[in-house]
Amino acid sequence: MSGKTLYDKLWQSHLIREDEAGTALLYIDRHLVHEVTSPQAFEGLRLAGRTPWRTHSILAVPDHNVPTTNRAAGIADPISRIQVETLDRNCTDFGITEFSMLDERQGIVHVIGPEQGATLPGMTVVCGDSHTSTHGAFGALAFGIGTSEVEHVLATQCLIQKKSSNMQIRVYGKLATGVSAKDVVLAIIGEIGTAGGTGYAIEFAGPVIEALTMEGRMTVCNMTIEAGARAGMIGVDDTTIDYLSGRPYAPGADHWEQAVAAWHELVSDADAGFDREVILDGGALAPQVTWGTSPEMVTPVDGLVPDPDAEQDLVKRDGMHKALEYMDLQPGTPMTAIRPDHVFIGSCTNARIEDLREAAAEIRGQMVAPGIRQALVVPGSGLVKQQAEAEGLDRVFTAAGFEWREPGCSMCLAMNADRLEPGDRCASTSNRNFEGRQGPGGRTHLVSPAMAAAAAVAGHFVDIRKTAGG
Amino acid sequence: MEKFTTLDGIVAPLDRPNVDTDAIIPKQFLKSIHRTGFGPNLFDEWRYLDRGEPGMDNRTRQPNPEFVLNLSRYQDAGILLGRENFGCGSSREHAVWALLDYGFRAVIAPSFADIFFNNCFKNGVLPLVLEAGAINKLFAAVEATPGFRMTIDLPAQEIHTPEQEIIPFEVDAFRKDCLIRGLDDIALTLEHAAAIRAFEAQRRLDAPWLYDNSTE
Repeated sequence: MSGKTLYDKLWQSHLIREDEAGTALLYIDRHLVHEVTSPQAFEGLRLAGRTPWRTHSILAVPDHNVPTTNRAAGIADPISRIQVETLDRNCTDFGITEFSMLDERQGIVHVIGPEQGATLPGMTVVCGDSHTSTHGAFGALAFGIGTSEVEHVLATQCLIQKKSSNMQIRVYGKLATGVSAKDVVLAIIGEIGTAGGTGYAIEFAGPVIEALTMEGRMTVCNMTIEAGARAGMIGVDDTTIDYLSGRPYAPGADHWEQAVAAWHELVSDADAGFDREVILDGGALAPQVTWGTSPEMVTPVDGLVPDPDAEQDLVKRDGMHKALEYMDLQPGTPMTAIRPDHVFIGSCTNARIEDLREAAAEIRGQMVAPGIRQALVVPGSGLVKQQAEAEGLDRVFTAAGFEWREPGCSMCLAMNADRLEPGDRCASTSNRNFEGRQGPGGRTHLVSPAMAAAAAVAGHFVDIRKTAGG
Repeated sequence: MEKFTTLDGIVAPLDRPNVDTDAIIPKQFLKSIHRTGFGPNLFDEWRYLDRGEPGMDNRTRQPNPEFVLNLSRYQDAGILLGRENFGCGSSREHAVWALLDYGFRAVIAPSFADIFFNNCFKNGVLPLVLEAGAINKLFAAVEATPGFRMTIDLPAQEIHTPEQEIIPFEVDAFRKDCLIRGLDDIALTLEHAAAIRAFEAQRRLDAPWLYDNSTE
């Protein structure tokens, strides 16, 4: 009999019941809530006369709509304000812990969960947000859900689910200097496609993944959804446990040893079988830049904008033509010749302290290029912001001409006032380059924090492997 | 949730892969705290030439004459025909609410993104998967015949075309049953409340650290 995968173990340890057709009831340990996908769920709960099953499994924070400047003045957009106030009221009414907009712990939901130790190995973690896959970096089963499911978890502490298939992606070798977790996950998406992971839970493994810090692992798991899989995960090791030690919501001293012993079991067995396996050479990876309007439209920075006419699949070819027209790019253009006019460093993918350090290292003592009209740094949380300021990173950014903002989702999806105008071209550390994602008509190139910072200084994309080596 | 048994409707073709939920309902409309009213802004950036904001009177806006839903032959469409990976991207259920509010009760595509697929069933919308060959044939038939309509018979798991062709389709038995009966998932789950409580009690013993320091 073959062994169990990490996903098998997480699934089985949360299974309440399962019928013959495989429809299962799965127990949820942690429910993260934000303002955009929860109001209708709370309304549904009230209309049915129900209350949350386990209030203390929930942690709420406003992040999508919050302004990143002058918080003390409140939210200028009345519709955004109502949505944030609705979350505040729902949390007060039902006794739910919330880090409200002015709390120093407030931030992007997928940054604060791990930062607080509210995400732990072995948990099921859900949130009405597709980037919930981030939390799988801790050996947790974490996935995004819709608003009806948010209501379902509030009311029952469970979800009706069907088990996914198992995929393992192994990245071997050693990353070159200047190549980061973001480049690894973009390359994976380029390899398997945005629907490559549909129906699978993906486990990331191999020497490159093991060598990543927890923050790098979160970046990889975060973008699992861009590969089509709801859940991405990484087995627990000492890196995981060291990160969690001492966090506010991590287990206290009386249960720590017991928890750590249980967490060490959260790895795939050596003889576990996967339905699909993908292997990548991490040593061969260059920094990645997207050229189109889907994250799979990605190429190494030393590559060229591809030619749609070389694509055999007619539907794909048409999609490439549409993407190049929207992006205003010509086939055959070197990626390093593309000149962004905006730079955004932030989002649940890349707004943690290490991301800010890597970006700051690229710009220290230099100025943003004249062609850059706006360069933003939006820390992932109030605590990340404090840490960065303690290290003087804010001054590195502002001296170079970047704006240093308050934490939130900001220009990753442009629900607040931070957005691109039609025709703007942005080097962005976020996760989606869809049409209009960062503002109607805006053009997004997804890159790592160091690549975004280097583009800000040079005025065009650069192969930071060359500059890093001198 | 409104029951779904059979649906007879005009078919509108949306001929592009990877239609994401940002395209289906752009972010500025997610600020609503209600489930209804999203229909006028379905596919907003493709459907109108001017920029949409919440609260605008959409009748005074400039429609994009080339967008498929603005063509007179697809007015009152109830079935949307799409391509691979339909509904990818964000988990926003607003995408399904917008499709439903517009009047679509079914989306047919060769593949769907998981979260969108799930969200459809929670709202009485049928996401129907057909293999690529059958999808190509449908696109051709819809293009060729103005006013092309089909009937989707969910209990029989069949699509009936005007040419009397019958296309069978697969659907998960539990989800099919919920759609046909218009069942509320939560009520069904709460029938197992005792099992949930028993599981929880055991979990408190097995993994007490999950409970001794929760978000109080």
